[in-house]
Amino acid sequence: MSALDTPAGALPATMRAIPEPLIFESGAPGRANRYFEAAPPLDQLVPAGHGRAELPLPDNSELDVVRHFTRLSQRTFAIDLGFYPLGSCTMKYNPKVNDAMAALPGFRDLHPLAPDALAQGALAAMYDLERILAELFGMAAFSLNPSAGAHAELTALLIAKAYFAKKGEGATRRTVIVPDTAHGTNPASAAMVGFDVLSLKSNARGRVDLAAILDAVGDDTAVCMMTNPNTLGLFEDQIAEIAAAVHAAGGLMYYDGANANALMGNARPGDMGFDLMHLNLHKTFSIPHGGGGAGLGPIGVAAHLVDFLPTPVVAKAGENGTTSFTLEFDRPDSVGPMRSFWSNFAHVVRALSYVLSNGGEGLAKVSQLAVLNANYVRVKVREFLETPYDELCRHEFVASAQDLKRETGVRALDLAKALLDRGYHAPTIYFPLLVPECLMIEPTETESKETLDAFIATFRDVVETARTNPQAVLDAPVATPVRRVDETRAAREPNLRWVPPSTP
Amino acid sequence: MYTPHTESEIREMLAETGANSLDELVAVPPAIAIKRPLELPDAQPETTLVRTMEGYAARNEALGYSSFLGAGAYRHYCPPVVMSLAMRGEFVTSYTPYQAEYSQGYLQAIYEWQSYIALLTGLDVANASVYDGATALAEGAIMALNATGRRAVLVSRAIHPNYRAVLRTYCRGLDVEVDELPVAADGTTDLSTLEARLAEGRYAALALQTPNVFGAIDIPAPEARALIEKSGTIPIAVIGEALALAALATPASWGAQIAVGEAQSFGVPLEYGGPYVGFMAATKEHLRRIPGRLVGKTVDAEGRNAYVLTLQAREQHIRREKATSNICTNQAHCALVATIYLAALGASGLRACAALNLARTQRLAEVVTAVPGFSRAFSAPVFNEFAVRVPAGTTAAEVLAGLEARRILGGVDLGRWYPELSDCILMCATELTTDGEIDALAAALASIVARETAAVR
Repeated sequence: MSALDTPAGALPATMRAIPEPLIFESGAPGRANRYFEAAPPLDQLVPAGHGRAELPLPDNSELDVVRHFTRLSQRTFAIDLGFYPLGSCTMKYNPKVNDAMAALPGFRDLHPLAPDALAQGALAAMYDLERILAELFGMAAFSLNPSAGAHAELTALLIAKAYFAKKGEGATRRTVIVPDTAHGTNPASAAMVGFDVLSLKSNARGRVDLAAILDAVGDDTAVCMMTNPNTLGLFEDQIAEIAAAVHAAGGLMYYDGANANALMGNARPGDMGFDLMHLNLHKTFSIPHGGGGAGLGPIGVAAHLVDFLPTPVVAKAGENGTTSFTLEFDRPDSVGPMRSFWSNFAHVVRALSYVLSNGGEGLAKVSQLAVLNANYVRVKVREFLETPYDELCRHEFVASAQDLKRETGVRALDLAKALLDRGYHAPTIYFPLLVPECLMIEPTETESKETLDAFIATFRDVVETARTNPQAVLDAPVATPVRRVDETRAAREPNLRWVPPSTP
Repeated sequence: MYTPHTESEIREMLAETGANSLDELVAVPPAIAIKRPLELPDAQPETTLVRTMEGYAARNEALGYSSFLGAGAYRHYCPPVVMSLAMRGEFVTSYTPYQAEYSQGYLQAIYEWQSYIALLTGLDVANASVYDGATALAEGAIMALNATGRRAVLVSRAIHPNYRAVLRTYCRGLDVEVDELPVAADGTTDLSTLEARLAEGRYAALALQTPNVFGAIDIPAPEARALIEKSGTIPIAVIGEALALAALATPASWGAQIAVGEAQSFGVPLEYGGPYVGFMAATKEHLRRIPGRLVGKTVDAEGRNAYVLTLQAREQHIRREKATSNICTNQAHCALVATIYLAALGASGLRACAALNLARTQRLAEVVTAVPGFSRAFSAPVFNEFAVRVPAGTTAAEVLAGLEARRILGGVDLGRWYPELSDCILMCATELTTDGEIDALAAALASIVARETAAVR
């Protein structure tokens, strides 16, 4: 494939091949400051003895800044450019109206310490989103405090710790049970609260094994963290029995909401027996990923855990017409605040806007179509690649390149890189860990049948190429701004910043 | 609705999958099925939606007020070029740059962000961001705990109360003790007991915020620095107002090994508290204890410069429960906004902006303390905010209520966090604060005092 033979959706061929210098390698001193009126020189204003010696940052013209970042954008793939079959990440379309709503001056310019009485719209938006999420997922209450999924997991485990401490079981309930299909954040979060992690093997059906749970639970069980559907895209159909077993042992059930796009409006973690849960609004609720954040990870709790939610809590007073909202800080059982200010509020606006665009019935349809798209891609991919769990999946499924690797030497990684050459982001690879040479595919509901068909045809072509001309796949990518990067060198000789030439 | 499926496509695709209906695809065992229709709002077409959301926004009446609020969130000018670039779809809708070949542009931008933070703090390395200033402090403390093996941290009471509260939340989880140093009469941290405290040998970290929550420049004097250095306790600099880094002595210059803080001031909108962007920088000795993502520069298969997420063996998706932190999603897009802001302003623009903040704040302090009864609560030099003591017999809350009636948000009632300072207001001025706003504030304060005096008579 030549560098100019660009499929639809791929990075613009004209710009992507040209390396862009660092912003520090351009500009000239004094070329900047077109924004502020004159002030006395800084040296005369800074309190004596407190000034900094030098500020070695470049001065660039605004045009050069515009070109620099526009060029960087053109060397970056995004949903707006093409399809991401990226399992567990729910890379759905990010509606532009949501960004526009978050940029309304009434939200954008509101200071977090504005008096509650003068921030009623923001507080109402938070309250309304919390109530909608509680109804949609069957929890008693939600808090919008945590900044992302992992942050919410940490919050939940702090809540569990506080809950058991209050019951006088803090010293004994030290174990968090995590299935081997769990996201890496689950065990990492448990460690941040000092819990011991017990990893459970999945059974032959790709599910958490009820017998293994019964064997694992005991007086030491604090929390069992699960996601449903799990990271294989399979519904944990024994979830009620698992929850009963954990509850009988005195433990709490935690729902990792990374896969909530599979069940909105069709099933609720609260009804499955979960006591705590989080959502990734940057997945399920269409908030853009922004290259890795910011996210928003609301945490939901059942009634017996409401008092432990982080502060502040949005409280509502009065009914019909005379309602008012306040931020409530005085919550003696709360785990405390998780962040500087109340929430990643711009994302509250985006998520509320998304919910209201779809409505309750629309959200249920979103999940149904996400599952339809996943199954449609699954039955087609099954024709040319092994799919280890051959049954109806939910919003995502896993394929394996194990046989292909044995036959051709081409690994999951190589298939992923070959897809990059053809205008598609790679699937999630090598996760979950229990499937060898795993490729995890989540199409999401916003992709059309044409897009899915085109992807399937391309993926099929990549796998066929691997069988006929494996070297072509092993060499991929060749049409991207750079080819495979030397990660070993990056780690062995860390170069993490630009250094001014004058610094020895 | 953003689903593209036609009814005939749904039928066709269902047939391919072997399922009979959409309901069958999402069916769950009867015991856990939803038992009643959910009470959720109806869908709104975009025209209605915009009206609904504008309705919420209109109820934020604070927007019509002139404002002297700061305390960890600052109103600064953001040139339109910043959002115009940052809101490009390629940046907004891209995923975490795990696929380096498809993410060179964003990776380079994060590398530039890391470089800016390292240059601003004077430290060797910086990470790709954490959630915000408060969680940056908590993560910085964890770095120090891991580096020293100690189980307690010592923090100044002049660190933003919300930051300290979040630190306590994290430390409760880890069963780590948090002790505090008091505030001295001049508004800086009282270091008179430092020698004795450090001699206990228990503290992994000593955290000081500068400018601190009272706006005061708060760095240890050379004698205190020497004590810290020989104690084995790791000094952490906390920065709540990143713009100050453009004007004031760097954290590295007073011996901080770790600098953590909030970069909201670099172009990130107020948005009622988030998303903002926490930053972390450290000396190279702490490199492998830094949490979160790091972008490194390397080469590709043809020897060309390339950027890639690196040292991932520290992170949760590789190390699971042994990771340096559980952080996964960070604040990449806010860091990008800040990077573009820093590039647009350049050193000249940043210094000019910092100078205006100092000048406006100095004028605000002069004008406010010229009103009879109002005085500076603390004498230590400040950057762009300071504490004002209100006349005897009144409280900050009363004065602020009087200002609110005149459509002025006069600042933060420090009694909210420090009961002994319920007669103090934290006032902030930035480059956006006008002379007219300052004069109107002073006139309002004078009239409130006059009315109080009249009421007493």
